[in-house]
This record gives sequence, C-alpha cells and structure tokens, in this order.
Amino acid sequence: MGMTITEKILAVHAERDSVKPGELVSVKVDMVLGNDITAPVAIDQFRKTGAKEVFDPDRIALVPDHFAPNRDIASAEQCARQRDFAREQNIRHYFEVGRMGIEHCLLPEKGLVGPGEVIIGADSHTCTYGALGAFATGVGSTDMAAAMALGETWLRVPETMKFVYKGTLGKWVMGKDLILNTIGEIGVDGALYRAMEFTGEAIRSLSMDSRFTMANMAVEAGAKNGIIEPDETTMDYVRQRSDSDYGLFKSDPDAEYTAVFEFDVTGMEPQVAFPHSPENTRPISGVGTIRIDQAVIGSCTNGRMEDIRIAAEVMRGRRVHPHVRCLIFPGTQAIYLQAVREGLVEVFIEAGAMVSGPTCGPCLGGHMGVLSRGERCISTTNRNFVGRMGHPESEVFLANPAIAAASAILGRIASPEEL
Amino acid sequence: MAFRGTVWKFGDNVDTDVIIPARYLNSSDPAHLARHCMEDADPGFAPRVKPGDIVVGGKNFGCGSSREHAPMAIRAVGISCVIAESFARIFYRNSINIGLPVLEAPEAARDAQPGDTLEVDVDQGAIRNVTQRKEYRSASYPEFVQEIIRAGGLIEYVKTRLIKEGRADRNE
Repeated sequence: MGMTITEKILAVHAERDSVKPGELVSVKVDMVLGNDITAPVAIDQFRKTGAKEVFDPDRIALVPDHFAPNRDIASAEQCARQRDFAREQNIRHYFEVGRMGIEHCLLPEKGLVGPGEVIIGADSHTCTYGALGAFATGVGSTDMAAAMALGETWLRVPETMKFVYKGTLGKWVMGKDLILNTIGEIGVDGALYRAMEFTGEAIRSLSMDSRFTMANMAVEAGAKNGIIEPDETTMDYVRQRSDSDYGLFKSDPDAEYTAVFEFDVTGMEPQVAFPHSPENTRPISGVGTIRIDQAVIGSCTNGRMEDIRIAAEVMRGRRVHPHVRCLIFPGTQAIYLQAVREGLVEVFIEAGAMVSGPTCGPCLGGHMGVLSRGERCISTTNRNFVGRMGHPESEVFLANPAIAAASAILGRIASPEEL
Repeated sequence: MAFRGTVWKFGDNVDTDVIIPARYLNSSDPAHLARHCMEDADPGFAPRVKPGDIVVGGKNFGCGSSREHAPMAIRAVGISCVIAESFARIFYRNSINIGLPVLEAPEAARDAQPGDTLEVDVDQGAIRNVTQRKEYRSASYPEFVQEIIRAGGLIEYVKTRLIKEGRADRNE
C-alpha cells in the first residue's frame, strides 16, 4: 500500500519504513516555534522538566509578534521572559521588534522551514508551512516545552483527505477564496484530526503566497495539517532563501485517502465568511449591503507581498470611505520594505489608510484596531469568532485582500468589480 | 479520578477565544485567567461556577488557537472535567498535557441539560447522569495518552526520560 506525503514525512522522522493512519509515533522535529503569548508558558514548563539546555538552539524560533511592540506592562514582562530565555539558551532565531515579522510569514521568508521537515509550533497556524510540503502542526505550550527538551514529539498519524482543485481562477480570486469555499463545504470540524492535502491544476498555478494562505487555514477546518506537494514554484521559493538539502516527498498513486473532494474553480467568485464562523461562507454576489466600520488587511493569512500588491492595485488613486478605518499590516519587515520600495505604502497613505509594521495585534483583538460594540470589520485574517477582534457584540467578516480593499473604499462589503 | 458536579452546558464549536479572550493573554496567572473564563459566552459563568462542576460542550470543543491558557482557565475556575461530542485536537492535547480530564462522549453530551448532576469516573470512562438516571461510556484514551497520564502528565514524562538519559538531575 502506498503512502501519502504526510505519512512519508512522519515515517522518515520516526525512523521507520512506513506508518499508517492511527498509529502513534515519536518523531524528530526540525523546528520548534513559539511566540510572546505561548513561549513564556512553555519556558515555565521547560524549567519543570529539569532540562538545562534546549536540544538544539538552532532549531528553535522565538518571535514576539502578538502583543509586540509591547502593548502594556504585562505584555512587556512576557516579551522580556522570552527574550531572556533566548539569550540564556543562545537561541539564534530570536527576532526582535524591528527585525521581526508575523511568525508564519517570517519563518518561510527566512528559509527556516522547508519541504519534508517536521515543524511544531505553539501557535495553531503553524500548519502554514505545509504549503512548502512540510508536516507542520500547532501544539500547546507544554508540547513546545517537551519538544525543546527532547527534540521530538508524539503524534498520531492522521488520515488524509484529498482536495483536488480543477480549472482556472478568475480575476480577484485567490488562495483565500479556495480555502474559505472548502471550509464552507466541509465545516469547521470537517477535517478534524486529519491531514488536508491540496492538489490539482489550480493549486499548481497558485503563487507560494496563495498556497501559504490555504495551508494556514487548514486548522479552521479542524485539520492537524494542510499540505501541498513541492513543485517548481516551491523549489524556486526555497532556493532563493536556503541552501538546505530538503527531502522531497510525493504521495504515491495508490496512497489511501479517507475522502476525496473535487472542486471546479472556473467561475468561482471571491468568498466572504460571515460572523461568527469561517464556515459561514457566501460568494461576494450573495452578500447584500453590509456597511463596515473597519477593514484590516494583513496577518499570517494574508499579509504577504501578493496580498499587499493586490490591495494597492485596488486602492490606487482612490480614497477610503469617510466612515471607514483601513489598517494595513505587512507580514514582515522585508515585506514592509518591499512595499515602500514599490510605492505601495504611498498608495495606501494617500488613500487614507494606516500602514503599520508587522504585528498579530488586530487579528485577535489584542491591540491596534480593537472593535467597539456593534462595529463591523472586513478582515483578511483567519477567524471571525465571537469577540475575536474586540467587543463580543462586534462582527468580523473574512475575505481576500482585494475584497477588503474594495470594501474599504465603498464603505460596504464589495468586489473591486464595483469600483 | 472520579467527580460529581453540576452541568454547565455550551453548544458546538466553543472556541478558545470564547474560553479565554485573547485580550487577557498578557498574563498566564491562573487566577487572572479563571476570572475571565467563558466571559464572552456567559458572563455569569466564572462568578457562579462551583468547584467540581462540569463543562459539557457539543462538537469541536476548543477549536481555534493553540493557547494552553484555555484549558488552564477552565481548570483554574474549578471545573473538574469537560465532556463533549468531539474536541478540537490541540485543545484535547493541551488538556491531557496539563491534567484537565476531557471525555469524548457524544450521547452523554447531547443529553445533558444545564443544572443536571453528573458522576464521572475518568479511569473507567463511565458517566452517570444522576438527574436523568442514564449511564454512558466515553471513548477510551489512546495508549499514548494513558502513558502520559500514568507518568503524571507530559512534563513528568519528559523529566523521567531526561533523568534516565543523564540530562537532568534527580533532585530538580
């Protein structure tokens, strides 16, 4: 019996010839990630194990991106504990404010994660790196602590669901729309405990940035990981950032899938997820008139160069609606700089939008862009749960950056076609 | 481990932002987390919950963020265990790792009503709804989970292993 790409990666890291879904394996980890909210708890737990040193200071990444630059004194204390630990343990991949980015934009950009690797992170969107053909999954702080001590983690080998996307994407339709549409079809627990493998001609035609967006939101369907087989697009991206010798795995033709879904993306419209669940999706033509108070463009889901460029294309020469606050958050300092060099920051500022350095703050109602009672926001982020961006009676609608930008201009959820 | 407590019932897809809103994650102090547990779903929950009470959820309980602060908050507010139709995987793992019992028991979760009294034997996977006079079995923990529980949690498991490998002192 053949194996899926997920099974092959786990087998190699468990030092076995093969693994089957449902088996429990101990796997070596290539990278362990934490942020300023989850790492301090992991550091406490790490101390309790009695370990003096982390298993490998070059295989741990610590990113202060959630409440940094420090939101308040308590956040400053949390960030300080992460910083002190990084210095004590000589952790090389610690990224200070000014040199950092949103973790899931930053790690791929820096070439710290790649095809065939096993990556665990104390952040649910760690599954983003599956876009590179890695096995990447989110865990909690105690799992992060154990992995920092042992260099390995326990995993149940997941069953794999295959998602085949055929056809050609229309203008203004991106990876975000494919994944929102998929979550709308299968529901927020539709892939619970499983791997989501994305494939088909429409995936092969996607940019790396759109692929990251898709893998990023696998967790919103309950999945353990999302994954895309590496191809030339993947390898072009990887070779520009790393000279590591990665393991390239592919699913066997006779690999077993627990379910196979096929989508024809030709003619698919941009999607909008209504409050308060990423599964409440509708095509943009079925949205109706929904006035908004805020538009957020950025995050680990849609803060990459492709996203910033498409938002600027929509906003160029136009003005943000007088009743709307539009916030743009490039995913990393490098993306921010590139946006400056291409004149995109100028486009946004002239349009009346605010542009900030990278932070997760607005996505989780942490800081910058918190909503008041009754306010509505269109956002390129990944979650629209109750109270996600502020007051429990506020509402978040999820969409791609072209839709968010057009909505910022028109003051209601809209397509760029209407401009 | 056996518990008797009153049911606090919630629906499907209870997410980590509802369990402990991100705005409070500038601290991981259990007392601070307990004060805000379930605040956005039921502001009366944290002030009124009694030690030993039981949270019952629907499908996909604990979906969303990887924040361990979510099971920490539930434990810190005094809840003895969580019963649900199904759990989101990171929440399930985190709960086991920090010693919050979580039982997957779809029928028991569907039948339970707010205010019912439940008796739960975690080791046997037995749930008795005292109010409705009904009995249920929960899915048994996978072997690796039992191994972690026997070790006294993941940290104890790792500690034992590090001592064996000579990488940590016995007296730590």
